[in-house]
Amino acid sequence: MLTLALLLLPLLASLGTFMLRREAVKVYALISSAIQFGLTAYVLCLFTGDAGEQFQFNFPWVEALGISLHMGLDGISILLVALTNVLVPLIILSSFRNNYSHPAAFYGLILFMQFALVGVFAALDGFLFYIFWELALIPIWFICLLWGGADRVRITLKFFIYTLTGSLLMLVGLILIYLQTPAPHSFSIEALYQASLTAEMQGWLFWCFFIAFAIKIPVFPLHTWQPDTYTDAPAQGSMLLSGIMLKMGIYGIIRWMLPVLPEGIAQWGEVAMMLCATGIVYASCLAIVQKDFKRLIAYSSIAHVGLITAGVFTLTISGLQGSMVQMLAHGVNVTGLFFIADIIQRRMKTREMSELGGLANNTPLFTILFMIVLLGSVALPLTNGFVGEFLLLNGVYQYSAWLAAVCGLTIILGAVYMFRAYQKVMLGEAHERSVEFTGLANSEKAVLIIIAFLILAGGIYPKPILTIAQPALEEVLLQIQDIY
Amino acid sequence: MKALIIISLLGVVAMMAEVLRFKKLLLPLIALGLMAALVTIVMDWNSDMRYFNDMVWFNNYALAFSGLVTLITLLWLFIGHDYFMAESNRAEHAALILFCLAGAMAMISFADLTMFFIGLEILSISLYALASSNKKELRSNEAGLKYFLMGSFATGFLLFGIALIYGACGSFNLVEIHTALSKGVSSPVFVKAGVLLIMVGLLFKVSAVPFHFWAPDVYEGAPTLVTTFMATVVKTAAFAAFYRLFSSCFLSFAEYWVPVVAVVSALSMLAGNILAVYQTSFKRMLAYSSIAHAGYLLMALVAMNEVSAGAILLYAAAYSLGSLGAFACLHAVSQQGNEQIAALNGLGRRQPVIGLFLSIIIFSLAGIPPVAGFFAKYYLFYGALMEGYTWLVLLAVLSSLIGVFYYFRVIYALFKEESEAESGNTGIHASNLVLLVLTALLSLGLGLFPAWIQGLIL
Repeated sequence: MLTLALLLLPLLASLGTFMLRREAVKVYALISSAIQFGLTAYVLCLFTGDAGEQFQFNFPWVEALGISLHMGLDGISILLVALTNVLVPLIILSSFRNNYSHPAAFYGLILFMQFALVGVFAALDGFLFYIFWELALIPIWFICLLWGGADRVRITLKFFIYTLTGSLLMLVGLILIYLQTPAPHSFSIEALYQASLTAEMQGWLFWCFFIAFAIKIPVFPLHTWQPDTYTDAPAQGSMLLSGIMLKMGIYGIIRWMLPVLPEGIAQWGEVAMMLCATGIVYASCLAIVQKDFKRLIAYSSIAHVGLITAGVFTLTISGLQGSMVQMLAHGVNVTGLFFIADIIQRRMKTREMSELGGLANNTPLFTILFMIVLLGSVALPLTNGFVGEFLLLNGVYQYSAWLAAVCGLTIILGAVYMFRAYQKVMLGEAHERSVEFTGLANSEKAVLIIIAFLILAGGIYPKPILTIAQPALEEVLLQIQDIY
Repeated sequence: MKALIIISLLGVVAMMAEVLRFKKLLLPLIALGLMAALVTIVMDWNSDMRYFNDMVWFNNYALAFSGLVTLITLLWLFIGHDYFMAESNRAEHAALILFCLAGAMAMISFADLTMFFIGLEILSISLYALASSNKKELRSNEAGLKYFLMGSFATGFLLFGIALIYGACGSFNLVEIHTALSKGVSSPVFVKAGVLLIMVGLLFKVSAVPFHFWAPDVYEGAPTLVTTFMATVVKTAAFAAFYRLFSSCFLSFAEYWVPVVAVVSALSMLAGNILAVYQTSFKRMLAYSSIAHAGYLLMALVAMNEVSAGAILLYAAAYSLGSLGAFACLHAVSQQGNEQIAALNGLGRRQPVIGLFLSIIIFSLAGIPPVAGFFAKYYLFYGALMEGYTWLVLLAVLSSLIGVFYYFRVIYALFKEESEAESGNTGIHASNLVLLVLTALLSLGLGLFPAWIQGLIL
């Protein structure tokens, strides 16, 4: 029942925004997401690591087709639900200095998005997973469409059609698996595990699912929607997209691909990893030459998630653990980076790095916080990024040393583009407009300090995350070995 | 059966309205009559009745579709009401619409090919007159004439087909034809030719490729209200009849006609959606998209399994609700004669209610969850995959993506930023708004509880 509460609270909250006056909406959205965060913390306290799926509920929905409203939380789900519910209040708080038109719709959509994301991470029925997967797309599309930049029509259309292509392929794949489940057919996750699929069919199904997830993540070469969309979206949209939404894809691979299509992964996993490795190097190189700070973050995100995805396909416990830790770390870091880009853009009216510089002179606090977020992003020891990348590279190394060497470039190249960006924006000769750069407002301070705290805490003491994820990940690996 | 009688009588009464001078009462009278018809349908539920020497057969299948077309007509009155307020011919319009509905019901509930033909003709002839009912408008006249010429041609094919089937089987009755065909007939060539000709006639009525050329011109030329009626009630009835005929009689020749339908289905959804992309007129775009929707619906005929009937019912309901909502908006903004998509520019920003609910309608038409259109498509895909038509489903997926491309142009127009001076539209009439909200909520409801409709019939 607690899962149901976690799911419905944001939905009700999002419906509630339409009944409020414009000024009150911001605070209302913050309070409701804070309550949601409190509830998540409570659920985390009750959570016991090695008890499998917990807090389950199961209602029939379309009985004739074996579709049910079956949800629950295990170690993998709960961490991602926690990530969602930590980041959404921060994202809402981060928007306090932006004055968006139609605030009721804006915050309503963010809360609705939170509802869909919790649904994606908690669903234990393939069909339900698909519905939430699609539901999450609609609010973010509207956020980009209504509050996005100048070229939003073209960019949002590309974004929507790209992701819908993947989703529909996944739907076809899901139905095909469903038809092979033991009679009476069912979409429940246990039934999907038992589907009798030939190796050849699994090979085809692998691509149905992988394309859907790879578009969302995005994995090279299906990433072309991403830089435009991240750059053009409003800051909060970029945070939602990169901080939480892309985790849907990686989560999807762990939960719905590894155990269901083990033979498909045996056939094509290596190809997928090579795509990831290519993407890491390619996106890092592109990040180095970017002039727009937000676009640079977008490319850096492709590089980071490429490594996470490669880690998942290693099918080693260390790779999977690394991907869990890094998903959380990347979510926090990239939200921080996009927020920093937004802070700079609002004050300086530009994101071109050549027109920035010397900001460090008049804002010491901002300089330090930016540095911490940056160090988290380049995976310095004692930051959360280090733990994740270390585990991931360890996993990839166990799989293949060559691949690990290529993937390892992300750390070097990441340092290159990130420090270069920091240097251009914060250090050096002050640009003439840089004197106008004022100190941080309270809401901005709060967001950045919390993010910096999370980065350091995750780096110094990552054990709780590892303990929660361990049994669930072992379960996933066991499912795969069962079939081999 | 009672519903059919009520509606036919209502049509006759409506004709008298001009003479007996109760034109003002016409609209409430029709609304009441339709509601009464709905009530009788609900009361008759689960009764399996045959009438007139087995010419009409009201089982749950027929009742469900009759209920659907009656309900759609009832909702249609929300936009249709000013049609009945027109200066002249008010009573004729009302009567024609009701006869059209009666024809649709006869088509849905036939158990005999003659009844089928009679129903189809009552429906079609009323429609020819309705399409050209905007007498002073040249394009309306063109639409009527075009529809009439092409329609009678198709009817000819259909009749010829029926005659051949009769020649081969010696009966008009569905059950007897089925028995004769499954025993094996002496001249299967007659049957094959007959099935093909009947199929041509029906494919024309549902405007499937390659018999779709009339649809865009007729949809565009006819008064918007009539177009709405054609896109919803007529299409639903045509598909109900199509499925009833082919699932009950011609199953034993399935390997002969199913591939044809599969190809027509693929062509319709691709051609309809691709051509719709190039339209700037909202009405014409909906006309092409209706061709594509016909293509999707044909997938149910290709699959022909236990989910097909329910899938057609759900899809017809979802598509009709979506069309009603979209046409309600179009009708409202096109009062100044501008039927372009651009006429919607900025409407959603100025009136968020319209923005929200029209978006829901568009999502339903484009098949995005959790709205009705998604589940409807899902059942069709599922049925086709069950029978192994993966290629057809993949084509359907592809064409859905093209569909999103043009449907979303409507949403983009709705939320376009535009200076107040440029925008001509001020808002939409209350009854259209009510219909929009109603259809959007119903679509959402159907999306959340699809089994309510789909599970009605097997």
